[in-house]
Amino acid sequence: MLKRLRENKSFQGTLLVSPTLLWMIALLFIPLILTTIISFGTRNADGGVIYGFSFHNYVRLFGFSTDCPGGQASCFDPLYANILGRSLSLAFWTTVIVIALAYPLAYFIARAHPKRRNTFLMLVLVPLWTNFVIRVYAWMMLLREQGVINGIIGWVAARFGVQFEPLQMLYTPGAVLVGMVYEFLPFMILPIFTSLEKIDVPLYEAAADLGANPFRTFLRVTLPLSMPGVVAGTILVFIPVMGTFIVSDLLGGKQVILVGNLIQNQFLSARDPTFGSAASLILMIMTLIVTYFYTRKFGFGEEIIAV
Amino acid sequence: MTQTSEFAVELRDVVKTFKTPEGTLLNAVDHVNMQIKHGEFFSMLGSSGCGKTTSLRMMAGFEWPTEGDVYIEGNAQGHTPPFQRPVNTVFQSYALFQHMTIYQNIAFGLEMERAPADEVKTRVGRLLDMVQLNGMERRYPKQLSGGQQQRVALARALVKMPNVLLLDEPLGALDLKLRKEMQLELKAIQQKVGITFVYVTHDQEEALTMSDRIAVMSKGKVMQVGIPVEIYERPQSRFVADFIGESNFFEGIVQSVEQDRATVLVPSLKAEVTGLNTGQVGVGQKAIISIRPEKIRISEQPALKTNFFNGTVKTTTYIGSDTHVYVDMGGGVTLKVWEQNKISSLDPRAYYVQGQKVCLNLFPENTLILAES
Ligand SMILES: Nc1ncnc2c1ncn2[C@@H]1O[C@H](COP(=O)(O)OP(=O)(O)OP(=O)(O)O)[C@@H](O)[C@H]1O
Ligand SMILES: [Mg+2]
Repeated sequence: MLKRLRENKSFQGTLLVSPTLLWMIALLFIPLILTTIISFGTRNADGGVIYGFSFHNYVRLFGFSTDCPGGQASCFDPLYANILGRSLSLAFWTTVIVIALAYPLAYFIARAHPKRRNTFLMLVLVPLWTNFVIRVYAWMMLLREQGVINGIIGWVAARFGVQFEPLQMLYTPGAVLVGMVYEFLPFMILPIFTSLEKIDVPLYEAAADLGANPFRTFLRVTLPLSMPGVVAGTILVFIPVMGTFIVSDLLGGKQVILVGNLIQNQFLSARDPTFGSAASLILMIMTLIVTYFYTRKFGFGEEIIAV
Repeated sequence: MTQTSEFAVELRDVVKTFKTPEGTLLNAVDHVNMQIKHGEFFSMLGSSGCGKTTSLRMMAGFEWPTEGDVYIEGNAQGHTPPFQRPVNTVFQSYALFQHMTIYQNIAFGLEMERAPADEVKTRVGRLLDMVQLNGMERRYPKQLSGGQQQRVALARALVKMPNVLLLDEPLGALDLKLRKEMQLELKAIQQKVGITFVYVTHDQEEALTMSDRIAVMSKGKVMQVGIPVEIYERPQSRFVADFIGESNFFEGIVQSVEQDRATVLVPSLKAEVTGLNTGQVGVGQKAIISIRPEKIRISEQPALKTNFFNGTVKTTTYIGSDTHVYVDMGGGVTLKVWEQNKISSLDPRAYYVQGQKVCLNLFPENTLILAES
């Protein structure tokens, strides 16, 4: 054994990666396999799993019901397909808005005086010290019918003698979008900042020297060189937004149900782990597909330089 | 290229003040006047921190003068941004765009001018020929050697056919051999395209071999401007004589002045030395005598009737083409003499030996009398 260890390089390698490998097997592959097995089963009356091989859960997820009012074998029921679609579109718009907000901010921080730069970065990070759920609650306080925003508008309206009906902001898709953007903004700012900061000042000077005005310098030099940051940020934002349920649960209520909420419900209140497992797998596959095509187009956020 | 003005670039009484991190003010460039002619290869030479880069950056428009102004083709530049100036820069770090191919890098400046596509193609092609990078146009900068990247940086700036090309130590990152090759190549390219080159370097040999004229700078000031021969043979100050090449110096008081000669009493030698009065000193003034080590004639018997001094060889260094002889003149004075090894000999005595009595002849036409600065 010891002799083999000394002489065999590939055996050494296997031994060295084995802790990581064990970790991956225990925490990733086994749960994944279990989820897959469960997703093909059916639920029994008290929320247990009857193992089997049925596509029943997947059929339901893609817009067909097996429990039709007319009694036929299957009929169209877009409830769950809509949830999947809504999750995708919300994740898409969240990412787009986050990029639009984060880029100028990151640019501003990267070009700020080095002395102030750390303060600005700190300010970006400070909200992350508070618990995720508490930050969502804070938005509830702001958006409620008797919340801060309605309060301020109402006060201003009263000063001008205008009739004001409190706005219904909480429990709307807009509230969920605002919450998501707020929660995930730092995860976009930081990678974009890092890639902007890496651009050497002489590159801007070279562009100006060759006749590029500031706008064209931005388009031809700054933007392409900071794309790795945008790509990395997109991956960091898109994937978790696809999966979270807290923001939509607290700010969307019953109105905005995402895959995350669906999965949570199936495991907790609806007591159908088989359907929940199927939804989890579909969420994972959808995210993988989007990320795959995205990274195929833009790379993984590494230097865009071919070797 | 329109030649509306006598000078391609002119600095008129330019001052650039920086605030140092310690909070004090520093004149990186201090009342500098410089006139660079059309088609000239003009070098700014000086030790680190003397303000070369700052001067060049003010020409390019990356910095604006605190006082005075930069004139390009006779036009005051004021706060004109870099992208509106008819000059281009070759950066010391090259500053190539890593996300663009070599072709795209070189074409960048022409695209900014919105040059037609076929013109861009022919002009980039011509430049690729000139810097011998044919076949590399699809590569990325990281896939080139340092010398090749240097050529890309040069081509990228030259393709715009600027009135003036500014180069900040462009060969600084290259090894000695490549550096020598590129010096010749740069000079050849400059003569071919006829563009005014303003070249920053701290390598005196580089400046002497490449330049039409040199400005020697120190602490933000221009010490002397002249053709290489003038700078070396007629330095106007101790600083320039010392910075360019090597020199022996004595201090003394002028005793007499006669036509272009002056005679100075040198206390350390306890003797009078006669030399060319290049510093225009007057009788009774303090003066500095400067003589290059290779211009001192060393002999066993005096070769001159006056202006010779006896000493003892302290050490000698044989360096192949020359022998460096250090001669103790008494009174704590040591003179360095470079003697060319004109005769092939294996006898150590042919190259002077320690303790040997020698006579140093200071020909007045090789001995410069400078004003004290
Ligand atoms: N942006 C700046 N802020 C403060 N001081 C500066 C700035 N740029 C240059 N300096 C100072 O101005 C002086 C001249 O700098 P400059 O870069 O022109 O020197 P240089 O002659 O090019 O030297 P080197 O040969 O080392 O490149 C230096 O003392 C430098 O520290
Ligand atoms: Mg410099």
